[in-house]
Amino acid sequence: MKIAVASGKGGTGKSTFAANLALSLSKSNDVVLVDCDVEEPNLHLFFDAEHEESEVTVPVPVVDPGKCTFCGKCGDFCQYGAITVLKDDILILMDLCHSCGGCRIVCPYDAITEVPRVIGKVRDSQPDEHLRLVTGVLNEGETHAPVVIQMAKALAGSTPTPAGAVFEHQFRELVCSMADVTIYDSSPGIACPVIETVEGADYVVLVTESTPFGIHDLELAIGVVEKLGIPAGVVINRSDGLDEMTEELCRRHSLEIIMRIPFDRRIAGVQNRGGLFSQDMPEWQGRFTDLYHHIRETGGGGA
Amino acid sequence: MKRIAVISGKGGTGKTMVCAALAAIFPPDLVLGDCDVDASNLGLIFQPEIISRSPYYGLKVAEIDQDTCTRCGSCEEHCRFGAIRSQEGEFLVDSIRCEGCSVCTLVCPKEAVSMVQKVNGELYYSNTRIAPLSHARLEPGSGTSGLLVREVRKQADERDGDRAFFLSDGPPGIGCPLIATVTGMDAVLIVTEPSLSGLHDLKRVVTVAEGFGVTIFVAINKYTLEEEIATRIEDYCVERGLHVVGKIPFDPTVIESIRNGRPVTDYDSPAADAIRRMWEEIAEIWVNT
Repeated sequence: MKIAVASGKGGTGKSTFAANLALSLSKSNDVVLVDCDVEEPNLHLFFDAEHEESEVTVPVPVVDPGKCTFCGKCGDFCQYGAITVLKDDILILMDLCHSCGGCRIVCPYDAITEVPRVIGKVRDSQPDEHLRLVTGVLNEGETHAPVVIQMAKALAGSTPTPAGAVFEHQFRELVCSMADVTIYDSSPGIACPVIETVEGADYVVLVTESTPFGIHDLELAIGVVEKLGIPAGVVINRSDGLDEMTEELCRRHSLEIIMRIPFDRRIAGVQNRGGLFSQDMPEWQGRFTDLYHHIRETGGGGA
Repeated sequence: MKRIAVISGKGGTGKTMVCAALAAIFPPDLVLGDCDVDASNLGLIFQPEIISRSPYYGLKVAEIDQDTCTRCGSCEEHCRFGAIRSQEGEFLVDSIRCEGCSVCTLVCPKEAVSMVQKVNGELYYSNTRIAPLSHARLEPGSGTSGLLVREVRKQADERDGDRAFFLSDGPPGIGCPLIATVTGMDAVLIVTEPSLSGLHDLKRVVTVAEGFGVTIFVAINKYTLEEEIATRIEDYCVERGLHVVGKIPFDPTVIESIRNGRPVTDYDSPAADAIRRMWEEIAEIWVNT
């Protein structure tokens, strides 16, 4: 079964939830935890282990000056403004390139080829016998987070790769998990990185907090899962008991509140120092395991 | 115009709270922005009165005319984004996946594919009790949030470019919306929190911000929750030559102020005092030079 953890608002406790769920389930299942928050991945802070690393690349155009006639067709075609053709030169802004390959196709002189450009990396580690952690890392200054997410999910779905394996720029259909449970930890927000993360999941856990910001952004995140048609449930983190507005929102969207994690300085402290509260408070491991069975029985469908 | 954005790397460190509090004590000749178009929250504090709204289109998406299509599959083969899928003999475009590159129009032998505009959100210009606000709402599941950030910025420049200051709330992360936010700013205020995740994410967003050559200020929010990690963050900032302009204590008034839809500086509280002192530090370095 594949479970995605998302939120809308940042800092509600997605990674806390995902890490503790993974740890708890790994006592009786093979679990793969995938850090899809590639802009700011944090799960490795909780699971220290040696990792193997592979580069994530995207194909970008290079122009053969011997063949190019500066006709300008590539620049006219590029929808992203990445190519500017001058009288006797071509400027390519790699940051704007989406790697669609259109310029190569449109060039009448076969002057454009594509070469791989590194934009990030994926790391594969085995912090515990039954727990594997795959982390996507977007390099600083790069913008194409979804490609790195895709590769992290693809890697998680395969058997562990041999060291130094090089990814081709292949898309989709690669995910076929070997594990009992795969957990995708998403970035905050509601845009393309979140879609890339939750697509293909059997169930989405939306982690929120009962503040006006948390509730407002939860509603946006609900919009995403409704659009994609994936079953979902809500976890209220740092609950201080004043959850009526969150409850009301969930009722309106027929979403079940599947867990409440109380506001507790002990939990926050453990987390802040890079620990996992379900390790220090083992009664929570049973709660996370029960939650997983509940998800399987009620909403998750899937394998 | 002097431009500053409040960013964080890690989400949920208190960007919006700090941005709203600063707005309330900023010099009056100000225009506000909310570049966190995924989850725009500044409006929850300032209850904007919307003066104008306009649709945001983003990039066009492909559409296949099924009557003209001969099911050759060339579009699916060439689409790098997995946005075209065959289903019961028809080739269909997944508009969420489509990045608007137009390659499918290029490779279709029958001209069955056209690019159509699709509304991806809405851009707003509003009045608030503090200053005008340029903000937006992204349609859930849309791409191109970076482009919408640029629209928010452009609108503030066009309407209020003669004002002295632009103060904007920013998105979390370091990717496309963050880069669109930081581009063309004079300064950023990075709000972090005393946790290992906070420190880890701070380092990454600092690396990105340094690439833009902006003045970097750092505020440590809720520092009293983990003073030892707060000290490590300060040490890192000193080593890196960054200005730590504020240390904001954990203060229950903050939650209360957000629940009441007010900036925390409306209250007499330790967090509000810290933010006032922080603004003096920023002004000293940034405004008066």
